[in-house]
Amino acid sequence: MLDLTFAPPTPKTIEGATGPWELVIGMEIHAQVSSEAKLFSGASTRFGAEPNSNVAFVDAAMPGMLPVVNEYCIEQAVRTGLGLKAQINLVSAFDRKNYFYPDLPQGYQISQLYHPLVGEGEVLVEMGQGTARKVRIERIHVEQDAGKSIHDMDPTMSFVDLNRTGVALMEIVSRPDIRGPEEAAAYVVKLRQILRYLGTCDGNMQNGNLRADVNVSVCRPGDYEKYQETQDFSHLGTRCEIKNMNSMRFIQQAIDFEARRQIALLEDGGTVEQETRLYDADKGETRSMRSKEEAHDYRYFPDPDLLPLEIEQAWVDDIAASLPELPDDKKARFMTEFGLTDYDASVLTADVENAHYFEAVARGRDGKLAANWVINELFGRLKKEGHEIGDSPVSAEQLGGIVELISSGEISGKIAKDLFEIVYTEGGDPATIVAERGMKQVTDTGAIEAAVDAVIAENPAQVEKAQANPKLAGWFVGQVMKATGGKANPKAVNELVAKKLGL
Amino acid sequence: MSLNTLTIADARDKLRAREITAVELTEACLTAIEGASALNAFVHHTPEIARAQAEAADARLQGDDEAPALCGIPLGIKDLFCTKGVASQAGSNILKGFRPEYESTITAQLFASGAVMLGKLNMDEFAMGSSNETSAYGNAVNPWRRGNDDTALTPGGSSGGSASAVAADLCLGATGTDTGGSIRQPAAFTGITGVKPTYGRCSRWGVIAFASSLDQAGPMTRTVRDAAILLQGMAGHDPKDSTSADIPVPDFEAMLTGDIRGTTIGIPREYRMDGMPDEIETLWKQGTEMLRDAGATIRDISLPHTKYALPAYYVIAPAEASSNLARYDGVRYGHRARLAEGDGITEMYEKTRAEGFGAEVKRRVMIGTYVLSAGFYDAYYNRARKVRSLIKRDFETVFADGIDAILTPATPSSAFGLGEMADADPVAMYLNDVFTVTVNLAGLPGIAVPAGLDAQGLPLGLQLIGKPWAEGELLNHAYVLERAAGFVSKPARWW
Repeated sequence: MLDLTFAPPTPKTIEGATGPWELVIGMEIHAQVSSEAKLFSGASTRFGAEPNSNVAFVDAAMPGMLPVVNEYCIEQAVRTGLGLKAQINLVSAFDRKNYFYPDLPQGYQISQLYHPLVGEGEVLVEMGQGTARKVRIERIHVEQDAGKSIHDMDPTMSFVDLNRTGVALMEIVSRPDIRGPEEAAAYVVKLRQILRYLGTCDGNMQNGNLRADVNVSVCRPGDYEKYQETQDFSHLGTRCEIKNMNSMRFIQQAIDFEARRQIALLEDGGTVEQETRLYDADKGETRSMRSKEEAHDYRYFPDPDLLPLEIEQAWVDDIAASLPELPDDKKARFMTEFGLTDYDASVLTADVENAHYFEAVARGRDGKLAANWVINELFGRLKKEGHEIGDSPVSAEQLGGIVELISSGEISGKIAKDLFEIVYTEGGDPATIVAERGMKQVTDTGAIEAAVDAVIAENPAQVEKAQANPKLAGWFVGQVMKATGGKANPKAVNELVAKKLGL
Repeated sequence: MSLNTLTIADARDKLRAREITAVELTEACLTAIEGASALNAFVHHTPEIARAQAEAADARLQGDDEAPALCGIPLGIKDLFCTKGVASQAGSNILKGFRPEYESTITAQLFASGAVMLGKLNMDEFAMGSSNETSAYGNAVNPWRRGNDDTALTPGGSSGGSASAVAADLCLGATGTDTGGSIRQPAAFTGITGVKPTYGRCSRWGVIAFASSLDQAGPMTRTVRDAAILLQGMAGHDPKDSTSADIPVPDFEAMLTGDIRGTTIGIPREYRMDGMPDEIETLWKQGTEMLRDAGATIRDISLPHTKYALPAYYVIAPAEASSNLARYDGVRYGHRARLAEGDGITEMYEKTRAEGFGAEVKRRVMIGTYVLSAGFYDAYYNRARKVRSLIKRDFETVFADGIDAILTPATPSSAFGLGEMADADPVAMYLNDVFTVTVNLAGLPGIAVPAGLDAQGLPLGLQLIGKPWAEGELLNHAYVLERAAGFVSKPARWW
């Protein structure tokens, strides 16, 4: 293993009129559990279905209907907890969070306030080489999602779609350990990466499958350290919660705006009111949604329809044993096993599918070369054409074939690019293409020698110049390559040109 | 003798012997129901369903000598049970016109065993009430009257329609539900038997919820044997109800041996209340003697936290109800208020719920909302939960100490007059539950058996409380009481 010791990044500072301010950020991430069925009903979770088609009686809160917990959703949450190195609570319980809204048919959300399934864990958020923030996870609890209210389809009526109602969510609550907008975005990126590795959430932010509530406060330099020593929140400023963010860019913009708003308020002699705010992306500002006084009284109490959730350590151990390799470990292994740079390893492990692809290309081959080809040629090309790795026209096997042909010296790097182009657009087995189209590199020194001789014989003036200035030998190499259709082994050409010119 | 007066056991035997048919039996009940509209027990009549089910039962009885005991037995179903395609309103206007697309687990089980549904039975709104007077249908009436007095009496509540129908021979048995005494109190008021099974014995799926941690369905019948037969048909594990217990259901009827020699009966001193009528005190003593005579050992016991049960119950039950009833919002089904120009969602909620719920339901929703609210949760709800644990522990202690069953009065009085409590403090009405709520709080089985008449000629009941899952033993003790008391009185028909 590599030595993964990190220095914490410098907290973001905002210079105010009265001096510098620091930011303190905590996040609640709502991640939709990857599961075919909802948390307490057998209804499908498929996205994009006809409105109100994925609705069981229990989701619609018909009289007398009862919830039965979906074991797979619990397994996924446990897997997530294990992936975040968190404590798994063998006994947890569901509570009701009561409020009225038309897209909440029961009149309460089943959640876990008092006894969450997952306790304390941590996430390492890298902020550049050798720099990382360790963000503590306070808890993860499992809860139901609400449905969707649609207010703009009719001038006098609202519409309700219950397809999402009752879908399982994990609420991942961090401690206030995040110290700037970039760290906040990096935290979400890292969490999303881990969830996708685990297969417990697809991380699709556009569909709302990963959303963040961001708690922001500001303090003076030194205050945060006092909080850290004592865990006493009174050292920190009053926080505001920005609800329901589903883009990394907006998260950063909202935090920056909100911090500056609070600083301006404080420097004007005002106070920050604890409240819930919304970010308006069009105007680039946060605005008040409801104040502390208007805050709902959710009247949480244990859900009497569900017994406490008891799981066995052996079951947790089984899940732990089946846990996939996680991003930090995979990155470290890519660096040791394939000799990759920190940067390349980061790029290749950013997404689990990319990592799998790379590993299939690199296994048993030249890792560095494979990394170059995956990152520079393939990713570049896919990005240009708006493709994901999942729909790459070049399979890992095909790209591996190309890498192998280069390593074995059968084709040159230049030919390889032509070959990649053919495979990308036409498909086919690289080795067969090389054989059929005569793309094989010429390593036969006799043939190369003849070509070199011919070029020298045809260009006596150039020969004189090159002998006077050896840097010009490259011109001969170029001519020989041209004459051989790029198939000559460049190394052999270089040597022969130098030798024949007497350099 | 009219067939509708048969016990379930006798009807079963006659059906099996092909002395009678299920159609004849059902017709007799339908006729009795038609003539009993003054009792207001049945609030939705389903004669077409009943006749079709009776015909199917007859066909099954013809071909199958092993047909279930309930095959062809006409029953009434409390309005709290969701019955597919049949109005299921929980006695409330807010569910006016609601016809579920699904069948409750219990009624589905009963119908699968061949039982016949005559219709839906009156009840207090959402099972909140002890007199049937909170019903949106208007109250059911007790078939019993005082000696020379025409005052209409309450059949009790909330399963008052079930009690009235069974006592008046409109059906052979009925389903009830019991959250704080809603089976046992009306059974006692109408001279019939009612069982509140162990929490988790019968599925709650499809039974409209009042207070989920206390609600339990059970049988209401004219005899203990019938109660055993009907409970058999209602009980069983249901994976659709997470609180339903995966515990085998014994043959309850086979356990009615009448032999209780060697068992120990506890008489809890805390159930001797101030101001309790002498007749009830006397009846309790007589019941004690009957069990002693049958060979049981009688022992005085203490259940020290009994006096806190009623206050704890009236915190926990409304708390759960306030949340359970939030779904009646006019958005998806049931009543929705007519809205004025410019009304929004808040007005829709407020008007719908103001119009749809009756006064007692509103009172309990408000109590429940209050006790769960920030700042009061610990003082009320959490403290009530602690009291509940102590009450449960009281019972566990005496059972661990060798007590097999506990004998108490079922109610603090006989049936009272309808309207008599109208001006009383709601707490006076809540006192009806004083002997019964402990059983719900502790999740135990309880049974009310008629044991005698008071001076006015009204039935009085005794209650037996058993260990968890010991309904069979409990029924056997009740069977002994029933035989010893020899309660055979019937209300004189006036309706």
